[in-house]
Order: sequence, then C-alpha cells, then structure tokens
Amino acid sequence: MTHLFAITMGAALFTLMIPVVYRIWVGPTGFDRILGVNVIGTKTAVLLVIIGTLFDRVEMFVDFAIAYALLNFVGAIVISRYLNRTISLNEMDAREKKGGAK
Amino acid sequence: MKSMYGDFFFVLASTTDLESESGFWVLQIIGILMGVTGLIFFLGAAVGLVRFPDFYTRMHAAGKGDTLSTMLMLGGFGLVTMEDFSLGSWLLLVKIIAVVLFIYLTSPTSSHALMRAAFEDDEMPLTEKDLKKSKKSVNK
Amino acid sequence: MRIFFPLWIAPSVKYLFLKLLIVLFHHKESVYYIIIFLLLFLNWIVLSGKFDIFHLGLGIVSCVVVAKISQDFLFYDRKKGLKERFNEAWRFIKYIPWITWEVVKANLHVFKLAMTSKGYKEMSPRVVTFKTYLATDFAKFVFANSITLTPGTITMLIRGDVFHVHTMSQFLEDDLLSGGIERKVAEVFEPELLKKK
Repeated sequence: MTHLFAITMGAALFTLMIPVVYRIWVGPTGFDRILGVNVIGTKTAVLLVIIGTLFDRVEMFVDFAIAYALLNFVGAIVISRYLNRTISLNEMDAREKKGGAK
Repeated sequence: MKSMYGDFFFVLASTTDLESESGFWVLQIIGILMGVTGLIFFLGAAVGLVRFPDFYTRMHAAGKGDTLSTMLMLGGFGLVTMEDFSLGSWLLLVKIIAVVLFIYLTSPTSSHALMRAAFEDDEMPLTEKDLKKSKKSVNK
Repeated sequence: MRIFFPLWIAPSVKYLFLKLLIVLFHHKESVYYIIIFLLLFLNWIVLSGKFDIFHLGLGIVSCVVVAKISQDFLFYDRKKGLKERFNEAWRFIKYIPWITWEVVKANLHVFKLAMTSKGYKEMSPRVVTFKTYLATDFAKFVFANSITLTPGTITMLIRGDVFHVHTMSQFLEDDLLSGGIERKVAEVFEPELLKKK
C-alpha cells in the first residue's frame, strides 16, 4: 500500500517536472532558468523522502532531504546575489519617483 | 517504554478493527489525500510556469505553488510512514515537520531574493513597456 | 574518563556552577543566552535522535560554543523582558493559522489564473510602492514574507521604509493598500505602535 502510493507519487512528480524542465530549456533570461532549477530543487527534497520510503530507510533519507533543501536555498540566494548588478542610487530614486511604472 | 506506547496505540487501533497490515489507516488516508492535493497544486504551478507571459508573473506561480505543494506532500508522507507510535517514528514525524517549517520560512525569502535581483538588474527592469507587453499578450 | 578528572576540583566546580547560574539570572540580558542555548539544543536532539550520554554531552558542548559565538544574531532588542517575549511568541503562534489559510487561498488563485482562460484574461500585472510604519527589522521581514505568501502579491524590494510590491491585478492592489496584513503584523510585534495611531 505505502509502496504503491510512493511509486505513483514519484512517477506523477516526475511527469509534472517536465514543464519545469521545458522552462529551464527555453527560458528567455537567466532568471527564468534559476527559477526552474529552484522549483526542481525543492521537489527533489520531496522525491528523496519518497525514495526513502521505497528503501524502508526514511530516517536516513530525511536527513538528505534537509541537507538538499538547505543547499537549494543557499544556492538560490548565492546565484541571485551573483547575478545582481547594483544600480546607482540616483537611478533608484528616479525609479521610485516614477511610482513604480503604472 | 517503546513497546508500552506501541502496545497502547496498537490496542487502540485494533478496537476499531479496521487497521491494515502496517500503520494506522486513518493517518494513511489523510496522508494520501494530502499528497494528492499537493500534486494538484503543483500541477497548477507547473502549468503557470509554462503559460505566464513574463518573468515576474512566473515568479508568482513558482513562489506560491511551490511552497504549499511541497509542504502538503512532505506532510502526507510523514503521516503515511507513521507505522507505529514508537519514539523513533515520532522523531521521524518531527524531522519531516522541521523540513516543512524550513521550506515555509525560506521559500518566500529565496523568491524575494530572485525578484530583487531581477528588478535591480540593468537588463531586466520592470518598465512601462514591459508591463504593456505582458498586458498585450494577456489580452490576445 | 574518571581517571583524568582531578578530585580536588570537584567542590570548586560546584561553586563555579552556582556562581554561573547566579550571574546568568541576575542580568536580564543574559537570560537570552539560555534561551538561545535551549533552542539550539532542541534542534540538536531532533536532528541527532540519540539519547545516550555521549551524544547529549557532545550536543551540550557544541551548543554552548555556538551560542557563545553567535548569540547576537537572534533577539536584537535585549531590553525586553522575558514575559513580553513569551507574549510575543504566543501572539505569533496565533498568527500562523491565519497565514496558512492565506497560503491556501494564494494557491487557489494561482491555480485559477493558470488553468482557466477567464482567470488568465483578468491578469494585469503592476507595481505598487508604499511606506510602512513598522519599525524593527524582524517585523519588516515577517511583513515581507506575509506579502509574498498572500494571493497575487510578491515583495520585490525593500529600501528602508519603502516597499515595492508586484501585484497581479487592481483588486489585489486595493486590498494591499488597505493595510490588513500590516495591521495583523503590527498586532503581533508592535502593539504599542498600533495604539498610537
């Protein structure tokens, strides 16, 4: 019962990851690609718990899931910081005065 | 200690006379329902990720659909894998809840960081032209 | 282990321990040290899952070291009393079910926008800029995360008091500017600010 549910869930998750992979493949900008990678990363944490259920070693795989979620979060922060080019304060004020483009 | 609690809940479960081979069937059914709900929400997020017109609207789909679907699926698996009510399985449930809380806390933060990086980037500011473009593709 | 432990130290160790306890409870601010240690130790117990003396001792040593080194990351305002903190924590726990229901609504909103053509047509993204009256950093953090989790809005940028928020439609923008979320967060963290208004 549990194994059947785990296999079905894993297959469904894998199928639903295909649109996200499409977004990574054709994404017009780099940010779209990071977004897709981030989504797949959080879903991989779920997938690790599912694999743990199949192997009957959940208590071990949950630790992997924790580590993977942590790594995913840190990776998203680091990449967004790396791609971030800070603009000048004057331009920021100009954008702010414009009221955020209505 | 371990077996005492196990026996207690086993007796509690067997009085309903409906328990399956492993685990407590009410928890399993709740867990399965939670997992399926999470899959449905993830379907919405994935379709939105393909279909929405520009990066910022895609961020809405990813940042929200991701949080709740991951939480629901992990919580569902935590309930399904509660085979007995021993100390080890309580600890497992608490660990999975810790992962859920961690994702609940960090998912908005990472989406905010990505959003901010895109907004401050010179190549991708959110100008009026951009908004008009996305509106046009919506009205089509 | 017992061989290396010099016996003549034992009474003075007891005395030192008592003195440490007195010092810790005498100063109001060093109660936070104990709270941070307890939080870290709870974390250790959940993650290790072993209850023998060796692992617990390792946990106590490492938690003391980590709490000593990096205790100033948490609890910025040390002048608040313990009772006030517990009240704040209780109010925050009462805040969690509301935000969870809000997350469910946000997901239904995204689902509607993605799957139905009618919802897709009513999507018209825009950016709102406004000022908050929340003062502390932690309240701003919770407010920004709450904005991100409520339906149709994502925080883009925070500069001081000014928030730039990306919203999906006019209706959600009006909902945001009426300040419901802000009041909820202020009730949790800064009730005295709310009374002034």
